[in-house]
Amino acid sequence: MCTVCGCSEGDVKIEGPAHEHAHPHADESEQMIVQQGDDLDFGQGPAHAHVAGMSQSRMVQIEQDILGKNDRYAGLNRARFEAQSIFALNLVSSPGSGKTTLLTETIQQIKGDRHVAVIEGDQQTANDAERIRETGVPAIQVNTGKGCHLDAHMVGHALDNLTAFQGGILFIENVGNLVCPAAFDLGEAHKVAILSVTEGEDKPLKYPDMFYAADLMVLNKTDLLPYLDFDVDKCIAYAKQVNPSIEVIQLSAKSGEGMAVWVEWLEHKRQAMIKQRIDALETEINQFKALL
Amino acid sequence: MHEMSIAEGIVQVLEDQAKAQCYTRVKTVWLEIGPLAMIETEALSFCFEAVTRDTLAEGAVLNIIKIKGEAFCMQCLKNVPITERYDSCVDCGSYQLQVVQGDEMRIKELEVE
Repeated sequence: MCTVCGCSEGDVKIEGPAHEHAHPHADESEQMIVQQGDDLDFGQGPAHAHVAGMSQSRMVQIEQDILGKNDRYAGLNRARFEAQSIFALNLVSSPGSGKTTLLTETIQQIKGDRHVAVIEGDQQTANDAERIRETGVPAIQVNTGKGCHLDAHMVGHALDNLTAFQGGILFIENVGNLVCPAAFDLGEAHKVAILSVTEGEDKPLKYPDMFYAADLMVLNKTDLLPYLDFDVDKCIAYAKQVNPSIEVIQLSAKSGEGMAVWVEWLEHKRQAMIKQRIDALETEINQFKALL
Repeated sequence: MHEMSIAEGIVQVLEDQAKAQCYTRVKTVWLEIGPLAMIETEALSFCFEAVTRDTLAEGAVLNIIKIKGEAFCMQCLKNVPITERYDSCVDCGSYQLQVVQGDEMRIKELEVE
């Protein structure tokens, strides 16, 4: 990440018009984000400070989390979601699990009831964002260049490019990768791990960090089960071994089987988030009332 | 693969701290890393050397202090050692474990000039 604002080094690009940063930078003369047509390029500008001069060596205790900076940006995103009552999900999986198809099918079912927007993460191309836009909802593509995951800072910039959609649902489709995205909080309400039945039932054991970080595992492509040796019960047992509280939904985005359960889960969790917010606000109001 | 981002994150903390703690060069970095921190320490050392070039930490020694993993077993009602997320309780075999230690990834101490 750069020394100025946490932008990753490399070739990160975010679609959308030129915009003001929603968060301040220490020194705008070292602006890291370069407009290229409709895209933003994170890869420019100085990344390191060159320092000369020496003195006596000494020890310094700093006790600082390495991911602290990402977590601070994630906190800012979370505060924005809370202020606008946006229900944000971080969809993680290996490449080819059917995330984008699951999204386009989900959007077709819920877009009549609720505002939906999508942030698409891929190393290159805007293909997925285009597939989402064909459903009629706004999508912002983030190209991470050489990066293997989205970080909270990229998502913050992508949010700047989305018009406000109070009370809506934001899907963040992470880069297809079952390793790195587990470590980076984006400010989402839940991480959802999507596993397709063509992948092998022991993936939760092979990539335990991701299934530990996820609150829900979606088992996708169940229409293919008759042609495979995939053991669903074993897969769920492995996932629960890594994360005893993980929920599981089996579905096929293609045939539509199980989609109703998933859509119901979305609405249930969205309402739970809103209710939690109402409770917190009521507690705050009562604290103020007590002061009268 | 994300070890590169992590190494860049370390350099960023070192550069931020340089102003606050008034140093211009970092000679040694001590990190605390747990077995559940999703960090391959050899890959991190390799990336650290690469990303510290032309920075205040060029040539700095990276020391990694490995922390032990520990989880609270809901059946035995006590802390037990673990090394992986999918480990079971060493005493009762249950998977109802809550990680209490081992996902740390922090910069503990620096030797600076």
